[in-house]
Amino acid sequence: MRIGIVKEAEPGETRVAATPSTVGQLLKLGYDVVVEPGAGVRAGFADEGYDEAGAVLSDPLDAEIVLGVNALSASQLDRLRPGTTVVGILAPRTSPALVEDLASRPITALALDAAPRISRAQSLDVLSSMANIAGYRAVVEAAHVFGRFFTGQVTAAGKVPPAKVLVCGAGVAGLAAIGTAGSLGAVVRATDPRPEVADQVASLGGEYLSIEDPEAEVSATGYAKEMGDDYKAREAQLYADQCADVDIIITTALIPGRPAPRLITADMVASMRPGSVIVDMAAGAGGNVEGSKAGEVVTTGGGVTIIGYTDLAGRLPAQASQLYGTNLVNLLKLLTPGKDGVLVLDEDDVVQRSIEVVRDGELRWPPPPVQVSAAPTPAAAAATPVVKEEKTPLTPGRRLGMVLIAAAVLFILLAISPAALTVHLTVFALAIVIGYYVIRNVHHALHTPLMSVTNAISGIIVVGALLQIGQHNTAITVVSFVAILVASINVFGGFAVTRRMLSMFARS
Amino acid sequence: MISVASAASAAYIVAALLFILALDGLSHHETSKVGNTFGIAGMTLALGATIALAIDRDIEGSGIALLVVAMIIGAAIGLWRARVGEMTGMPELIAMLHSFVGLAAVLVGWNGYLQVERHPHGVEATHLDALSTLGIHHAEVFIGVFVGAVTFTGSIIAFLKLSARMKSKPLMLPGKNLLNLGALVVFVALTVWFCIHPQLWLLVVVTVLALLLGLHLVASIGGGDMPVVVSMLNSYSGWAAAASGFLLENDLLIVTGALVGSSGAFLSYIMCQAMNRSFLSVIAGGFGIEAGPASEADLGTHRETTVDEVAELLSSASSVVIAPGYGMAVAQAQYGVADLTKALRDKGKQVRFAIHPVAGRLPGHMNVLLAEAKVPYDIVLEMDEINDDFTDTDVVLVIGANDTVNPAAAEDPGSPIAGMPVLRVWEAADVVVFKRSMASGYAGVPNPLFYRDNTAMLFGDAKDQVTAVLGGVR
Repeated sequence: MRIGIVKEAEPGETRVAATPSTVGQLLKLGYDVVVEPGAGVRAGFADEGYDEAGAVLSDPLDAEIVLGVNALSASQLDRLRPGTTVVGILAPRTSPALVEDLASRPITALALDAAPRISRAQSLDVLSSMANIAGYRAVVEAAHVFGRFFTGQVTAAGKVPPAKVLVCGAGVAGLAAIGTAGSLGAVVRATDPRPEVADQVASLGGEYLSIEDPEAEVSATGYAKEMGDDYKAREAQLYADQCADVDIIITTALIPGRPAPRLITADMVASMRPGSVIVDMAAGAGGNVEGSKAGEVVTTGGGVTIIGYTDLAGRLPAQASQLYGTNLVNLLKLLTPGKDGVLVLDEDDVVQRSIEVVRDGELRWPPPPVQVSAAPTPAAAAATPVVKEEKTPLTPGRRLGMVLIAAAVLFILLAISPAALTVHLTVFALAIVIGYYVIRNVHHALHTPLMSVTNAISGIIVVGALLQIGQHNTAITVVSFVAILVASINVFGGFAVTRRMLSMFARS
Repeated sequence: MISVASAASAAYIVAALLFILALDGLSHHETSKVGNTFGIAGMTLALGATIALAIDRDIEGSGIALLVVAMIIGAAIGLWRARVGEMTGMPELIAMLHSFVGLAAVLVGWNGYLQVERHPHGVEATHLDALSTLGIHHAEVFIGVFVGAVTFTGSIIAFLKLSARMKSKPLMLPGKNLLNLGALVVFVALTVWFCIHPQLWLLVVVTVLALLLGLHLVASIGGGDMPVVVSMLNSYSGWAAAASGFLLENDLLIVTGALVGSSGAFLSYIMCQAMNRSFLSVIAGGFGIEAGPASEADLGTHRETTVDEVAELLSSASSVVIAPGYGMAVAQAQYGVADLTKALRDKGKQVRFAIHPVAGRLPGHMNVLLAEAKVPYDIVLEMDEINDDFTDTDVVLVIGANDTVNPAAAEDPGSPIAGMPVLRVWEAADVVVFKRSMASGYAGVPNPLFYRDNTAMLFGDAKDQVTAVLGGVR
């Protein structure tokens, strides 16, 4: 089958659905690739590059599979042959008119951006790959406008404090922004309703600001949800405090299929120092910041610049095209099980089902919901409700109390026992303590030899039997004989096997 | 004035110190062989002193002969088993040896009864009565027999499970915790009774009770918890020896028993920590039943790879980590793995091993196997040493490991193994899993690792596949 790569029809679009390197990968899957002349120019990929990679420069709309970044324009769709499969970022959730239009045609339409957020689909998760780029670019845009260094410096010309950056929402874009801002030397803080991302924030060098939350949010879909009122009040307070302190804010909060939540109010913006910068990455979906305008840069009366670009990923066209192209290659790998250039759609595969918008002219949207977290099977869950007790570390007081109780019990036991026994108990107690301390230092790798040596040593019980044998009592002698025999196996076997094991450990 | 008895006491103290030195020596590779020698020296000293003491206590001539014969037979069997035992079979061997200690403790306890309680007006009993420790002696007999018997049957079951002569699935009797608790309560009641009226039938009852308790305790513990079970039984065998020491008023036995007992208990505790499991819940049995055998959850499809692809992957990698598990032991693949390691190292690649604390069926099992195959121990790292390095690793070979590399433990709070520290192999660029089939691991938990994008499955016998990959690499 042939794959067509179109030149994007949308005026501002800089990206392209395939780069010369992804063309090579598509060819390996057994497809022929047709690239529209000039398709990659705005992303920095000349036609010659595609030609060298093995693509044919011709009309892509003639092909059986058409790959684009955005949805094809109506005129492009009109020229498709029946039965063609089109793939792109179709945003089927937010563009019902497009879905309706696609469903009226005898084609198959796949929305790559509708792939479920499960680990298997990560390699074709275009939202993540674009968000990653956008997060990076958001910091670069902010740095461009921001009139100072990000990193703190002490120079002969004076001391420069580091810039403080607040990233709202630690999703893919947020994390990319945290990493980028951090690597430029800024002090980075991040907020997110999901406390479980705290570690991820920390791993990129950011500080996680928790909106202390009694009912921790566990997301089942992989996206953040809208939160309760009480929570919102605390959140607003946090943002108000931070706005007065930070130099740069990057907001990334998006909720699928909903307007973006309003995180930063006009009052908060006004409280920021002149020269501060806000990048509202959700401007296209209504904006996290009051006063942001989609696609525009606004400077408030207070001297705060609010950047509302919606094409942040497209501002890195070569990178975005490369990653998007790889996402498409991964999708086609999934759809080409035979690697023979024949596209096969498997309805039973949850990933493939999720991205289907139209199949052979039949509307397939919306797909059945997919749970992201692999929940344990219902049967197993019902059989054993797993109750995990929270382990609370012992407080010094409780620890002392327990030791005192144990000491008291031991004291009473010893006090009532006859003198002859006390000596043995003393020895016993001290030996336990010694055993514990000696074993504590044993190297993990030596646990097996340790066990076999302690095993051999515990064969010392043979001493008991040795003293019992032959004491003028046949029954006792017989029993002792057996005891000596088995304990001897233990003693000799244990030491011999330890020796054997230890002789094998060698340093390189 | 040196008498035989005082010399023996002195020898016992020296022997006890030697045992402590032996355990201490085993803490490090460099001193471990010396440590073992200390142990042998201590044992020789103790046995020599005891035999001298026995002769001094006018042992019958036939008694000496029997003693020597028993020791020779025992030594022959022991040395023979130690020589021929496979390193992969070490867990079974050690479990079996534990059972001997348990049996010996039971027998010594019975002898104690036959010597003292059987003749309430005999020399020994009168002597003890004078010291007012006769009642204590009753209790000691009872406790010694009980602990010994639990160790005995428990170790036998562990042995059968480890050598696959018995299904490793946990036995699930209704109210198993009540059964265990009930047995303990009955034991305490019987002990009190026996202390007041030492009677033979009580001893018989407690022996049977303890044997059954040992059976049930270990039978209800799943195969995945075997490292804990083995070290726990090790601990029990120590307590059994200590109990016999009290019975015989022998400090050497008490010291040694306590050493072994506390060390075994501490080891079990380490193992439990490694599995993020409470010690009590493991001993009480039942881990491994939390997950159903087959999961219906959609984990997607796995990607199968070929020997050639793996060889190619390894050839282009610069750092490789090998995470072995029980499957490597079963397939006897450690020699192939060692050869592969050597081949890769000769090509200038960094090869290391990542050992999970509970990999295998015995603490440190993997280390012993790798050492057997002459893998240098300084490239064999434990989990904490290597877990942060996976992100910088090109290829991870998972050979016969499953639960110890299961990302669900770290990522899925609903998983039965949630919270158990695991090797984060999935952070490496590529993961190759050597596995017989797609079956679940011992814990019965499905492993999402197999369905990851950077994971490829190489099915088949681990030994054959490793050898084939080695051929490809060369």
